[in-house]
Formats: sequence, structure tokens, C-alpha cells
Amino acid sequence: MRAFTYERAATPQDAAAALAGHPQARFIAGGTNLLDLMKLQIEAPTHLVDVNHLGLDRIEPTPEGGLRIGALVRNTDLAADARVRRDYAVLSRALLAGASGQLRNKATTAGNLLQRTRCPYFYDTDQPCNKRQPGSGCGALQGYSRQLAVIGGSESCIATHPSDMAVAMRALDAVVETIRADGSARAIPIADFHLLPGDTPHLETVLEQGELITAVTLPPPVGGRQVYRKVRDRASYAFALISVAAVLQPDGTGRVALGGVAPKPWRVAAADAALPQGAQAVASALLQGAAPRPDNAFKLLLAERTLAAVLAEGRA
Amino acid sequence: MKFDTAATTNPIDRLRIIGQPADRIDGRLKTTGTAPYAYERQDIPGDMAHAYVVVAGIAKGRIGAMTLEDAQAAPGVLAIVTAANAGELGQGKMNTARLLGGPHVEHYHQAIAVVVAESFEQAREAAQAIRVTWLPEEGNYDLAAARTAMGDAGQEDDTRVGDFEAGFASAPVQLDATYTTPDQTHAMMEPHATIAAWDGGSLTVWCSNQMVAWTRGDLALTLGLEKEKVRLVSPYVGGGFGGKLFLRADTVLAALAARATGRPVKLALPRPLIANNTTHRPATIQRIRIGAGRDGRIAAIAHESWSGNLKGGDPETAVDQTKLLYAGAHRLTGLRLAELDLPEGNSMRAPGEAPGMMALEIAMDEMAEKLGMDPVEFRILNDTQVDPADPSRPFSQRQLVECLRRGAERFGWSRRQARPGQVREGSWLVGFGMAAGFRNNLQTKSAARVRLDGDGGVIVETDMTDIGTGSYTILAQTAAEMMGVALDRVAVRLGDSDFPASAGSGGQWGANNSTAGVYAACVKLREAVAQALGFNASDAVFEDGEVRLGNRAVPLAEAGALSAEDRIEYGDLAKRYQQSTFAGHFVEVAVDAATGEVRVRRMLAVCAAGRILNPKTARSQVIGAMTMGVGAALMEELAVDTSRGFFVNHDLAGYEVPVHADIPHQEVIFLDETDPLSSPMKAKGVGELGLCGVGAAVANAVYNATGVRVRDYPVTLDKHLARLPAVA
Repeated sequence: MRAFTYERAATPQDAAAALAGHPQARFIAGGTNLLDLMKLQIEAPTHLVDVNHLGLDRIEPTPEGGLRIGALVRNTDLAADARVRRDYAVLSRALLAGASGQLRNKATTAGNLLQRTRCPYFYDTDQPCNKRQPGSGCGALQGYSRQLAVIGGSESCIATHPSDMAVAMRALDAVVETIRADGSARAIPIADFHLLPGDTPHLETVLEQGELITAVTLPPPVGGRQVYRKVRDRASYAFALISVAAVLQPDGTGRVALGGVAPKPWRVAAADAALPQGAQAVASALLQGAAPRPDNAFKLLLAERTLAAVLAEGRA
Repeated sequence: MKFDTAATTNPIDRLRIIGQPADRIDGRLKTTGTAPYAYERQDIPGDMAHAYVVVAGIAKGRIGAMTLEDAQAAPGVLAIVTAANAGELGQGKMNTARLLGGPHVEHYHQAIAVVVAESFEQAREAAQAIRVTWLPEEGNYDLAAARTAMGDAGQEDDTRVGDFEAGFASAPVQLDATYTTPDQTHAMMEPHATIAAWDGGSLTVWCSNQMVAWTRGDLALTLGLEKEKVRLVSPYVGGGFGGKLFLRADTVLAALAARATGRPVKLALPRPLIANNTTHRPATIQRIRIGAGRDGRIAAIAHESWSGNLKGGDPETAVDQTKLLYAGAHRLTGLRLAELDLPEGNSMRAPGEAPGMMALEIAMDEMAEKLGMDPVEFRILNDTQVDPADPSRPFSQRQLVECLRRGAERFGWSRRQARPGQVREGSWLVGFGMAAGFRNNLQTKSAARVRLDGDGGVIVETDMTDIGTGSYTILAQTAAEMMGVALDRVAVRLGDSDFPASAGSGGQWGANNSTAGVYAACVKLREAVAQALGFNASDAVFEDGEVRLGNRAVPLAEAGALSAEDRIEYGDLAKRYQQSTFAGHFVEVAVDAATGEVRVRRMLAVCAAGRILNPKTARSQVIGAMTMGVGAALMEELAVDTSRGFFVNHDLAGYEVPVHADIPHQEVIFLDETDPLSSPMKAKGVGELGLCGVGAAVANAVYNATGVRVRDYPVTLDKHLARLPAVA
């Protein structure tokens, strides 16, 4: 860890301004990921702007009938919110499938979206990693890749996004709201929020330097049976081998997103459309063009079988 | 005291205190966070400095250049020690690779420097500022490739009884199968940590170590000191599992850092470095062949195991149990060692038998199925009460059959469906599995000093360690029973090389030998007390804080502040009798029919391991070991990058061990047993017995649930997913 300076921002715009033009500065909220990365010098910010006290910790109804989740709402509070449990059960279930009680007490909504990959080569500073050190190569491509992406990756990077929450939000068509240093705001559909690695795996989201997430908005409830199924080697406290977030309607239509397979929550329009045709058609649409490694090819079959179980649960 | 004939009746047999489920006397310290672990000690005099280790970023090769200037100039830095300025270092007897490497690198994350600074944060930041250029060399990191390259090499050292090839060839029912177990890391909670301080030419280290005398000796050898100039203190150990049997880099580097700065220095190994910097359990490839008659009697059995290690290292002794566990006239066992450039392999959680039983006990399950026999009955049929290689050598005690029968009845084994893949409960496929448990009992000399404080209290001093096992408690129980005082009148002081040398903690040898050492010292002390108080030592009764004979009773306190020291040592009983411990392990699992996820539902262990000194601490040992068995069966694996030569998942996010949600109801039954050939305590080891066989019992239960046989551990879902039934 390098020595750094610290300030506590008073307003969201102040926070954004404090980072703008200061590429070595970072926001800090729950710190559940950033502090670990700083200890390992994977991140070495020279300045931290604490955004914990900006009042962005409320969950409010929107005029359209949806919910606006403040960026600083803790994962525990979001999972326990009665409106979330009633109308967006897939989100509550996804949150509770992630991390541990202690971590969820600290981790925030925006921080969860921005958490970085758990690829072991990213975490080992003696190994090449294009995400950590652009141009150094990718150790995982020819190395150990059991946890890593089967689709959406590139010859530069096959890291996955580790979030459970984001997968549910992708199925719910959430929108990420931000503010920039000049005070301007924008609304980014979650589908567009995370970037695929291409040749620049160190660029992970569309956020500009200094742009601060203020909220995540959920559209009005879509009903249906909402399922989050996370598959892992142990019963708790493990990242997903794959996960499925699904909203299934009585007429057989619905939406589905996958976690653990790609650098971002993975949803494909054609797969939603294929839901009435069953798991094989959905899996095939979701994973068309997949390029698995020998270590993680099992994820294709696992995704199809898990989708089948989820669809069966939806019918039950 | 030399133990060379079977034990007769002695004061331990009263079982007023021994054999009782006493609470851990260190339990309050542990649960309130007040047991002083090495890194946390606040009682070390002097101005403490902090050290951080720098490690090799390649698996094999040399350091081209190491740039220290930025680190030396960093705030708070006091010293940087490397091989270039550390002076000449020796090599510990138990170490294969050097604990301070450079310029040659022998394995990934080998220590190459230590940075000392005023604070931990300063030491870490400076360590991260050291720049090294590497000159990597080609290495061998792939055990399967090494095995292929070895061909038949190593067979000349095989152990043979009868004519295996002929016996196997003529057996009407045969199995020839190969199993693999992965590299594993100990994953103890407390990392390796040391505080070191010099006083002139004398060194004291406060560390976390299982074997005080070994490690003191190896530290002296490494630093070129007389053993008497080194004191090692390790009273509390937050788990070891074999990873702290030996001198490791934390202790050597802390000592060098303290010498360089003239200040006490503390150092802990960061978690992400432990898997590659320290020792691990080596992976194995095991080929097992069993030939039997149609009646189920084994005629021929062969077990060969390949494992790798650094040059000069040892193989994983995965075949030893196969020499002893089942009958059969024709036998072959062999260990083959490949030279690999992965980190150093060594003892972990029942080395040898743990991975060996994982393979052997699947093979027995497969063989039972080929024979159309129940797996419990197949094992019982092939029981032996003598060493199969030397029938004149009986087992001192062997209740394997009783363990299996009792376990089968208790578990409801008769409800098992012999045909696999038949039981479905909702989305779960359900199966039962079992395995025998086996681990040898080792007799090792162990010394202690026992003192009377003159006020009716008893003090026990020995360099024995308590690695979370309950040593404090059973040693106190032993002294209380022998001296006839209440348990709370005994103070036990452990883990200090100033105390008499004990057996230490490892290989499940700690409990029986260290209590026997205390027994020996107590016998001597009783003689001194009897003499002081005018009793006939052989007839006097020590009870309720008094010494009694006939109508005369004298408080123990009146004997004054007496002290006695002795050690237990052993004759040839272990040569004349095979001493082993036995268990029956039974497991029920459920496998998700869609995803293939395995979840254990219940576990039972029935153990026969001599006298159980404290059923509460023994049960804790066994349920902990059963948990390790679940880890080994279902998730624990150090993933090898076979091109870069290192263990990739080297933190506790990547290396998964069971969490609470993975562990269901666990039941442990101890058979009533005493073994008068093991020691005056009539006890044996039990901790590792609870692990040996569990992995195979889980794997066999998974097979029974799914009908898909997995022979490569861990049994993760990807290994059977493609062969599970279609999802409805």
C-alpha cells in the first residue's frame, strides 16, 4: 500500500470535482474491494475521496412506479428492503447469494457494480495481466482458467465480473445514474455500463474520470416468478461458477441473464425470446460464439442444465 | 521410564479425571481473544520493529539484479536483509529449499529479502518498492508428464510379499484403476509468524510452531549458533496441520532482521504467500490393483503412488496403509518420486494415509461392486488381525470390524441402495458411502517436569505444543489423576524450549506420548513425595489432595516444593506388535440433479483408538478432521500453472475449504478400548484417524447417488456433470 491523502466530500458534485483531472484519485465507499487491492498495490491511488456521507443511502419510489436505489445503500439493506423483496425478488436473492453478512453490511450498491475481477492472475503482481498492467500479457489464457469467462472475452483478457447483484439488475433493466464534475447528470442503461475487454481490458466501465454513481434506478415491477440460482463448489462464500437470474412469466415469456460466464452480466435479446422454447434454446442463444478454455468448457453444459432447472422452477 | 512391557493397572485407570469430558482449560483465553499468539504478544521488551518479506516472482532461475535504493530511501526503513548481506547460512535438517533464497531461486515465492521498518505499513510499502529482474530457467511442474517420463524408474525399491503378478493374474475378479489427489495447502487460521530478539549472542524467538525441539535445532543450524543459544517459545498455535512442523522463513527472516537492526522484530507471512512460500501436501497419482476370488477374498493387492518434490525432498507416503489394512497373500507397494520445481512438499493433515486412503477406499468400493458384495461386508471379510507381511506380528488392538458393524447399524446402512443412481428426493440424487479409517500410532520419547508448589498445586512444564487440540487440558488431567488433585489445581506450561523436550504435535502422536511423559515424571514425583512424607511409594494412594495409606492421610502440600523430571521412552513393543488406529466412516450426500453440486447431509465416524483421554477434546479433533475430509473430497485443490510453475489460487478466496454451510450433522462414536501396549496411558492418537478415509466415503456416496465414478479429487461438479441424467 502506498501512502495516500484523504478527504471527505460534502456533496456529490464536490466529490466528482475532487476526482476530475486527477487520474490517481479514487472514490472510496465500503472499501471491501479497494482496500484489498491497495494492500497488494494492484491499485495505488494517491488520493481517496470518501463518499460515504453524501446522503445517497436512501431507497425511494420513482414517479414511474419503480425504485431509485441510492449509490451508498448497503447490500444488506437493499436485500432486506420490503419493496425489493416483494417486487424485485431476484435482486434480493442475488444479493444474499453474494459475499458474507459482514461484507454485505459494508458493501454499497455502486461499489458492487464497480468491483473488480477475482481472476487470480489479476491478483498476483508477479504474473502478467493486461487488466492490471496493460501490455504485460494474460497469464490466464494459457494458465488456470476454471473460474474465468467463456464468452465476451478477448485474446487480451478472459476475466469475469464477479457480482451477483449486477446480474439481477441486468435482468431487471436497471439504469445507472451519475453526476459529473460540471454538475451534469446522465442515465446509463446497465447493459451499456460495463465494457467488454477487447484490447483495453483495463477499461471496465463507461464512467469518465470523476464521474460518480449517485443511484441505480429500477423500472416499474414486471411481476413474474423471480429466481436467482448461483452454482458454486461450496455452499456459501464463493464466487459463482455460473449464476442465472430469471424473471419468468406465467405465459412462458420472461428474461434471463447469466453471471460467471463473461466480463459483464450476460444477457442476449434472442435468449429472452427463446424462453418459451426451453433451456437448450435459451442457452444456445446466450452462449452463441462462446470460446471456452479447456478448464472452463464445463460452464456451457452447466449453464444449460442450470437454466433447465430454473425454468422448471418457474413452471412449478 | 522405559516402556517395554504391557502396562498393568496404574493410577490412570481410576479414570476420575482422565477419560472425563473436561472443558479446554485454554478455552476462555481462545474465545475471548486473550491467548497471546506469536504476532500479538505485547510482553516483549524493547522497541519493536516490523518486517515484511520479499519473494521470488519466478519458479526457477536466478535473480539478475535487485534494486534496493528506492526501498532503502523509503520512510521508516531500518534495514534490508538479502542473501548477499545475511552472512553464511546453514540448512535445517527438515528443510529442502533454502528459507532465504538468492541469487538462485528454487521455487515460486521463495523468500529473497526482508525489509525492516518502524511500522508494518512502512515495511510493506518499501518491500513493494524493491525491483528485481529475473533470469528464469525451464523447470518441471507437471506431475502427470513427469510420471510418463519416469517409465518404470523406481520399481527396484518396491516392497513385495508373495508373488503379486502371479496372484493378480490368476484372480477371477480384478480391478486396475488409477486415482489422483491434488496438491493441497494447510490453510490454518493463524499465519506463520515470529517475533525475534537478540540478547548479545543469544536469540529468542516467539513463534507459531508444532515441534519446538526440531525447530530450535534447525534454527541454530541455519544461523550457525549453538543450540543452547537459541530459545523458542510457542505456547499457542492457531492451527498447524503439519505446516508448522518445521522451521520456516518467518522465523529465520525475523531473526536475521532483528540481528541487522539490533531491535526485536516481528514478521508474519502474508496469506497470499503462504501456499507457495511454505510447504504443501504434494499431489499424487495412485494405481491400485486388487485381485480376489469370487468369494470376495483378496488374493493380491498392489498400490503404487507417484508424487513430486524438489530435489532432495521426499515422496508422499500414500501406500503405507495398504501394507496393513487388508489380508491377501500377494502384495506390492511402491513409492515413486519425480523431481519437480514446484514449492516444497511435506507433511499435511495425516500425510501418507490421508491421500492414500482416498484412493484405496474408492478402489475397495469399486471392487465390492465388481464382486456384488456389500462394501462393509467386503472389508470385514478381508480383515486381518496380523501384519500381512509378517503373521507373527499381531496388531496390539484392532477393532476395525467392530467399527464397521457398529457404524453400519447406527447409520442405517441397510437402507442403502446397492445399485447407484436410484434414490431421488425432489431435485436431489441421494447416496450413501462408507470407508474404513486407518492411521498408525507412533511411539516417540517425550519428557516433562512436574513440580509441587508447596501449597497443594501442581505445575507441569514440557515443550509440548497445543495446536488447538487440547494438549493443555489432557496434560493437566494426567497430572491431576496421578497426583490426586483437582483439575483446577494443575497449571500447565507449554511450548518453551527451556522446558523438557516432548514428542511435540504431529502425526497424531502428541496426545499419547506427551501424557505418557507427564505420567513418567509424576511417577518419579510420587516417589519423592512418598519419601518426604514417610510413605511406601508403591502402596500410597494419591487422592483428594492427600497422600493416604491405611489410617494415615497427609495433605500433599506438606511434601513441600518438590520437583521431578523424567521421560517416557519405548522398547521394542512397536516392533513386536503393529500399533494402529481404526475407524468406520459413513456419509450421506445429496447431489443436485441439474447442476451436479454435492452437499453432504450427515456424517458418522466410529473410532477405535485406545483409551480416549478426554472425549470432548477428542470429539472436537475428529469432527475437525471429518471437515477436512469433506474439503479434500469436494473442493480443496491447489491449481498448478504447469507452464509458470506455481500454485495459482494462493489465497482463501481461491483455495476453498468448507464453510459452516457445508458441514451438516456430524456424529462421533468412540469404541471402549484400552491398549496396554501403547503406553502407560493405554491411549493412541485419534486426531488424524478422523480424516483418513473420509474423502473416499464422500466420493463413494457421490457415486452411489449418481452412478458416475469420479477417480480424480476433488469431486467437483464438472467431473460428473456430463454423465448425469438429463434435466426434466
